[in-house]
Amino acid sequence: MWQNCTSMKITSSPTQPTTLTCPACGLLCDDVLLTTASPVAVKVACAKSVTFFEQTYSADNPSFGIPSVAGQTTDLNTAIKAATDILRKSNQPLFAGLGTEVQGMRSLMRLAEKTGATLDHMHSEGTVRNTLALQNSGWQTTTLTEVKNRADVILAIGTDIVSSHPRFFEKLVWNTESLFNKPVPEVIYLAAPLNASGENTQAGISPAGTQPMVIPAATEQLPEIINALNALANGKNLNIDNIAGVALSSLQTILEKLKAAQYAVVVWSASNLKFAHAELTVQSITQLIAKLNETNRVAGLPLNSGDGDTSVNNTSTWLSGYPTRNRFTNVKSGGKPEYDAYYFSTKQQLENCDALLWVSTFNAHQPPPDTGAPTIVIGHPNMQFTRAPDVFIPVGIPALDHTGTMFRLDSAVALPLKKLRDSNLPSLSQVTQKILDILSC
Amino acid sequence: MLTLLKNGKIYDPARGKDGVIQDIYIRDGRIVNKPSDTEKISRTYDLAGKVVMAGAIDMHSHIGGGKINIARMMLPEFQETRKYSEPEAHICTPNCSHDATPNTTDTGFRYIEMGYTAAFEPAIMPINARQAHLEMADTPMIDKGGYAMLGSDDYFLRMLAAKKDQKSINDYVAWILHATQAIGIKVVNPGGISAFKFNQRKLDLDENHSYYHISPREILKSLSTAVHELGIAKPLHVHCNNLGAAGNFETTLNTMGASDGLPMHLTHIQFHSYGTEGDKKFSSAAAQISEALNKNKHITADVGQILFGQTVTASGDSMMQHLNAKHANPKKSVIMDIECDAGCGVVPFKYRDQNYVNALQWAIGLEIFLSAEDPWRIFLTTDHPNGAPFTSYPHLIRLLMDKSFRNEAFAKLNLDAQAMSNLTSIDREYSLYEIAIMTRAGAANLVGLHDRGHLGVGGGADITVYTDQLDREAMFSKPDYVFKDGELVVKDGKVVKVTWGATHTAKPAFDISVEKDLKDYFDKYHTIQLDNFKISDDEISNDGRGSVIVHENKQPSH
Repeated sequence: MWQNCTSMKITSSPTQPTTLTCPACGLLCDDVLLTTASPVAVKVACAKSVTFFEQTYSADNPSFGIPSVAGQTTDLNTAIKAATDILRKSNQPLFAGLGTEVQGMRSLMRLAEKTGATLDHMHSEGTVRNTLALQNSGWQTTTLTEVKNRADVILAIGTDIVSSHPRFFEKLVWNTESLFNKPVPEVIYLAAPLNASGENTQAGISPAGTQPMVIPAATEQLPEIINALNALANGKNLNIDNIAGVALSSLQTILEKLKAAQYAVVVWSASNLKFAHAELTVQSITQLIAKLNETNRVAGLPLNSGDGDTSVNNTSTWLSGYPTRNRFTNVKSGGKPEYDAYYFSTKQQLENCDALLWVSTFNAHQPPPDTGAPTIVIGHPNMQFTRAPDVFIPVGIPALDHTGTMFRLDSAVALPLKKLRDSNLPSLSQVTQKILDILSC
Repeated sequence: MLTLLKNGKIYDPARGKDGVIQDIYIRDGRIVNKPSDTEKISRTYDLAGKVVMAGAIDMHSHIGGGKINIARMMLPEFQETRKYSEPEAHICTPNCSHDATPNTTDTGFRYIEMGYTAAFEPAIMPINARQAHLEMADTPMIDKGGYAMLGSDDYFLRMLAAKKDQKSINDYVAWILHATQAIGIKVVNPGGISAFKFNQRKLDLDENHSYYHISPREILKSLSTAVHELGIAKPLHVHCNNLGAAGNFETTLNTMGASDGLPMHLTHIQFHSYGTEGDKKFSSAAAQISEALNKNKHITADVGQILFGQTVTASGDSMMQHLNAKHANPKKSVIMDIECDAGCGVVPFKYRDQNYVNALQWAIGLEIFLSAEDPWRIFLTTDHPNGAPFTSYPHLIRLLMDKSFRNEAFAKLNLDAQAMSNLTSIDREYSLYEIAIMTRAGAANLVGLHDRGHLGVGGGADITVYTDQLDREAMFSKPDYVFKDGELVVKDGKVVKVTWGATHTAKPAFDISVEKDLKDYFDKYHTIQLDNFKISDDEISNDGRGSVIVHENKQPSH
């Protein structure tokens, strides 16, 4: 019965269906079941996941997976050479989009170091709001398994959660089994964004039919509302009936529920906070959490935006010392990293760069921004363009065409992505390495 | 290819060699016997007058995983400290570095440039192990490995509360070693990280966890027994309860008895050696701790010396770090509860020599170093980056080897702290042989690296060559040569060849049926699949740079 296990290979038992890790949102569900491999079909999956895995060869796109230079189809080597020529001539390239996973980002960092590139992710507007709050005062946060087993109050601020992270409630809130026999969580939505049919708060109705507490407000009013919550948490009297249309009594109720909880979780989505200096609102949320933790247990859960943003940010940070919106200078002496959360944004750098490398491997519908600079796109094989980039190199989709590694929204967990099918498409890492090899010649 | 290191002065405590002039032959990355006269020697290094030691091994340094990456993200301003030319504190020297959160490339380079050829991440959270290995894989030049953190994970606490037998615990511990590709097991504030999630703010050795009704002492007993019975070399790595709290030395003394004589390693013991005497209710308990360390032969310890300047503390101890966050400088911190597995707390600190507590912390660390009778049971660390960045080791070595240098530094400290320390009454100066024990032979023994840390035939040719200088800081900052697996990788303190090093692991035998209950637990309570929790060898070696080395068990003792 005692066996000498010298290695534990990750293999799926042939008697059980294969489970997949889904990179379509930051929850990184790894319980998605593969039902057929060709064409790929899945179950136990949300609509986003089905769309991701079941996207296949599009009959109406004759150029699927075919490289092009100046809009003309060509072979892979010619396209790689053309991309290399653009980068070789460039003094200040911008690597943007960065829709990739850890292995792809590792290779892009090597290329950025070699070419003196600036790095910014397509969803960094949201990420940076969190990063700035983190760098200003820090925060107190939690992770998904803690939410699943401990959270008895969930306060969602400025987000319905499920639009970006569809299975959040199914997997982490309405679970019937939990380690500590917690009660069914109470759900509070504060300033959930409106869609055509009102707030999308149905997911917050418990399986037994308990309605969530919904406090409507405009997202742009959150700075005032959160500051008022903070004032109340600090024992200040506010001699008014309402703040930005929200009754003071509602805010009092939120506070009471947070304090009564064994373990309250405050969820926000920085990408939804689309107003000036929203980092201050993030900071205000984290200060509220810090205040409550003087006596109670409350934790934050910042949602991410996807397209590998969390993976890219982590990888950039350990390799260069900085999160993204960074760049390498002094290329000749080995590449020195620099960081500037404002100046190294795609928006700022589009005006300064003399070459754009746009990467989007998960998503066919994230085209590069318009720029006068020569543009290389390394991306999803089904990308189509209204204006053809100077070079398009279609590559494999991580979790479908090749393996990879991805970080979950909470940054605590990284999971392997599987390869599901054989395609002739190279991976981003292979293309990047080829460019590096040619540049080194 | 045969390389000859000729006429060097050998300090190899594992073989009892204390400054013996001897030649070393290297072939295929190994130290070999003197070959026959007919064999061609490809390269000869004349090391006459040079000091030759095995590559140094840092047995406790936070080099990989989430905590340090959070610190990097939170503290981008730290990257600028690499450019500092002005000393940060009164007793800093030009070789003091304040690069507390180097990126992975710099981590590998700075280590090898000082003659270190291996470093061990002491707090791999099992759920975060993949990230730790990703970061270590991107750390060039040195070998690496890590200790998996247990003791606040709900799976273990449930087993202990349910009074599962020791064999079941052992199987789980072994399974964790395999799944996380670790070489040892660590426990941080036993039970306390979990207790903090239940809003407990303090947990003493014999106090019960409010939910599980078990005490840290029971956790230590169970885990030290498991580690011992599994027969891995590395004793249980213990970060005691009450980190940093005045009066915590009693907890530390009592912890030494918690394993009933089985081996335990008490880490960064300086942070656990505080008394409550004096006006400020904070004093040195180094004397009591040292006396107990000298007496308890089953206990080893590393110091976790603090040195002055800006750094960041990164710990799994979310409970105590939440308490310490009020001292954060700059004023920010990250506290996390993580995956019913553990937690973390990242709090920047600036240790100041004019601050009473900091100055005394500095003295306490040195008092412990200098009072340790057995250099095989005490290890040189700063708990990088918690006490200071690892790049300060040469400075620390000089403090240990040079009494007048140490006393001059002491004279610049906060005067109240000076009055509370007996440091200047200690005359001891460490010898090169003792430094080689602490940083090489002893560390290799402790971790279980049988072919490292020595210069004997058959050993891996990780070798560092220094110029013997009176200024020991200058000497240990810049070796003449460093060989990694037989290759010359550093010359005159600069990297001349980039290599990647291997990952050291221990994989004791266990009953695979432990996975049945684990799978059920993962399916019910976790948010990932059991299979994805496990890290395969391929994940470490697939990039063509890394490799996994599995170390033999000691013989199981049962």
